[in-house]
Amino acid sequence: MSDTPGMAALPRSYLDPTGGGGLKSWIFSTDHKRVGLLYLCGITFFFLVAMLLGLTMRAELLAPGQQLVSPRVYNSLFTLHGVIMIFLFIIPAIPGVLGNFMLPLQLGAEDVAFPRLNLLSWWVYMAGAVLALLSLFGGGVMDTGWTFYAPYSIRSGSNVSLAVLAAFVLGFSSILTGLNFITTIHRMRAPGMSFFRMPLFVWGLYATSWIQVIATPVVGITLLLVVLERMLGIGFFDPARGGDPILYQHLFWIYSHPAVYVMILPGMGIISEILPTFARRTIFGYKAIALSSMAIAAVGYLVWGHHMFTAGMSDLSRVIFSLLTFLVAIPTGIKIFNWVATLYKGSIQLDSPMLWAMGFIFLFSIGGLTGLVNGALSTDIHVHDTAFIVGHFHYTMFGGAGIALFAGMHYWLPKIFGRRLFEKPAKWAFALVMVGFNTLYFPMLVMGIQGMPRRYHDYLPEFQPMHALSTVGSWIIATGILLMIWNLWRSARHGEPAGDNPWGGTTLEWQTTSPPPTLNFHGHVTVTKDPYDHGGHA
Amino acid sequence: MSRFLQRLLGLSGPQPPHSAHGLAAEAGTAPTHVPHKDYEGAKTGMWLFLFTELLLFGGLFLVYAVYRQMYTHEFHAAARELSRVLGVANTFVLLTSSLTMVLSVTALQRGDRRSALNTLFWTLFLAGAFLVIKAFEWGVKFSHGLYPGSEQLRELPLGEGLFFGLYFVMTGLHGFHVIVGMILLAVVARRVQDGRVHSGDFVLLENAGLYWHLVDLIWIFLLPLFYLTN
Repeated sequence: MSDTPGMAALPRSYLDPTGGGGLKSWIFSTDHKRVGLLYLCGITFFFLVAMLLGLTMRAELLAPGQQLVSPRVYNSLFTLHGVIMIFLFIIPAIPGVLGNFMLPLQLGAEDVAFPRLNLLSWWVYMAGAVLALLSLFGGGVMDTGWTFYAPYSIRSGSNVSLAVLAAFVLGFSSILTGLNFITTIHRMRAPGMSFFRMPLFVWGLYATSWIQVIATPVVGITLLLVVLERMLGIGFFDPARGGDPILYQHLFWIYSHPAVYVMILPGMGIISEILPTFARRTIFGYKAIALSSMAIAAVGYLVWGHHMFTAGMSDLSRVIFSLLTFLVAIPTGIKIFNWVATLYKGSIQLDSPMLWAMGFIFLFSIGGLTGLVNGALSTDIHVHDTAFIVGHFHYTMFGGAGIALFAGMHYWLPKIFGRRLFEKPAKWAFALVMVGFNTLYFPMLVMGIQGMPRRYHDYLPEFQPMHALSTVGSWIIATGILLMIWNLWRSARHGEPAGDNPWGGTTLEWQTTSPPPTLNFHGHVTVTKDPYDHGGHA
Repeated sequence: MSRFLQRLLGLSGPQPPHSAHGLAAEAGTAPTHVPHKDYEGAKTGMWLFLFTELLLFGGLFLVYAVYRQMYTHEFHAAARELSRVLGVANTFVLLTSSLTMVLSVTALQRGDRRSALNTLFWTLFLAGAFLVIKAFEWGVKFSHGLYPGSEQLRELPLGEGLFFGLYFVMTGLHGFHVIVGMILLAVVARRVQDGRVHSGDFVLLENAGLYWHLVDLIWIFLLPLFYLTN
């Protein structure tokens, strides 16, 4: 597809220092690959910070009563953990890092449609991050929970305004990325790449980008209203002035529910890339997987009410929201069944990316099925605001989006840095994370059903065994994650040269050198085949 | 700011060959890099951006709809405080500015730079006039003790306070968009003047025009919702 000239004549890789090298050649680079790595630095830092906050919470909950921190600090801990994980890590993570890096490569393009806007997105992301950090100083750390529910967020004496403003700014970054990706996908595909020849990761990003563009402005204005409310006392969400706090919840979830699909859809795309490569056969049900991403994005926009079943809503609306919620399970199920069918009669190779991908399917299935418990009206009344919810969304967000990011990093690291992985530590890290994950979060599901509320600093003695188990799990998974990050770092620096296509992938990014040159390809790219054509196998 | 707007509103494609691109070209094997200019792509990006702007205001229209439903009577009473004359005058000003904006785009497409610039300046002038009228209107409200958080506003019946809250937030956010639009138009005017935007490459002007029509469009909805409800 692209004529590869001899090694000596190869253009330099995007990693080679340019124009004197140095920091400036990175933070002002419009190269989508460099922007992707900038995001990687940002999200890794914030992930580790939020992980530390999570570990502190778990340590506090090791036994009933106060261990490490006061209830007030505990409130700030879970708020910060949520805000950082959601707005600074998981929403930008996959689109920002792997999306930026891989989208133009997988399309056979030189860059995204608006490279400078792309760099701006990262700068806006960093500006939002700085605002969020500034909110930690002066006026008390925010303690509202990451949802900023009114009226408490209006009345809390803590530094809510800056944190909310940070979320607003981060939303703007997210919108710009989405807008850029949609335009890129429509305008920059290589000759011969029809929509149904696009890799499934691109389809995932496409659906994601639409949600970012459609949903984010709504939360933007809502958060702005919270700030105005605090500064000027307009009263939109304050019952004392005739406002309605429930309206805040609606506006907030109109964005924040679709946002969970912003987190998961690109992750599902990564899994759809890894499975055919390591099963050595084409993906089963390509069109069904591609279109189910769009279906999830479309239906997912209309289910926000299921966060508010106990908040005060008419029975009719609750029934409709519940029904729509169940509908989302259908395209999700389509994906899972197609993935499993892809493995059937494949010649499966269990390298580390494949292990992570299978881990994703396992954990995400638990997350999805526990989601149905919340989506059903009667059971939701029982589990609402319990640890069950916390367990559920960690299985979907961390077990889904987080693990998918890890899978993607293992899969594409040889392409990004041109080095092979050290497989043995990678597999150990995987094992530790899987064991730690389930030890950490499964007890939450059990405790939740038994009646343990979420966001509580203290608890009844009968919950102690479960809490202790969960805390031990947090230590195991933290060890696994640190081992994984260290191994990725070491592999990127000292791994064996990877060659162009170490895994035998069929999508376009594997046709260029590793790491790719600045302009991505060594010639003109034309596409004549389907994305997962492994030849021979059906 | 200007660079950001420029990027936002057009001129797609990688930036002019900087060092990284230069190096790739020096190596000799890569195809010579021609920064491509994708007219369709630039417009697609702009339309998507306008779409997000509509949704941003959409959230406020939703809040308006809910509270108007809850406090119909109070909304009608409070709307009597607003000056219909000033509202309609401003609508006229803004609609005219949209007309001069269109005239500017068509003039540039014909290659008539002079008249494109003239009409662009008229657009800017009318935008300024809109803001002056708006400032006058707000000033009168303030002098009557009606401003966000004021004592007088708190003493009004519940729904009336919300009406004025919405009035200030929505016209304020709209006014902010007018200011951004003016900066944008000034940047474009500069570029038309020095010839970087011309009859062969006018997507920046056209996108700025699209943005300006959006500002106009939103006002057309604000007028009846606030000034004509009493």
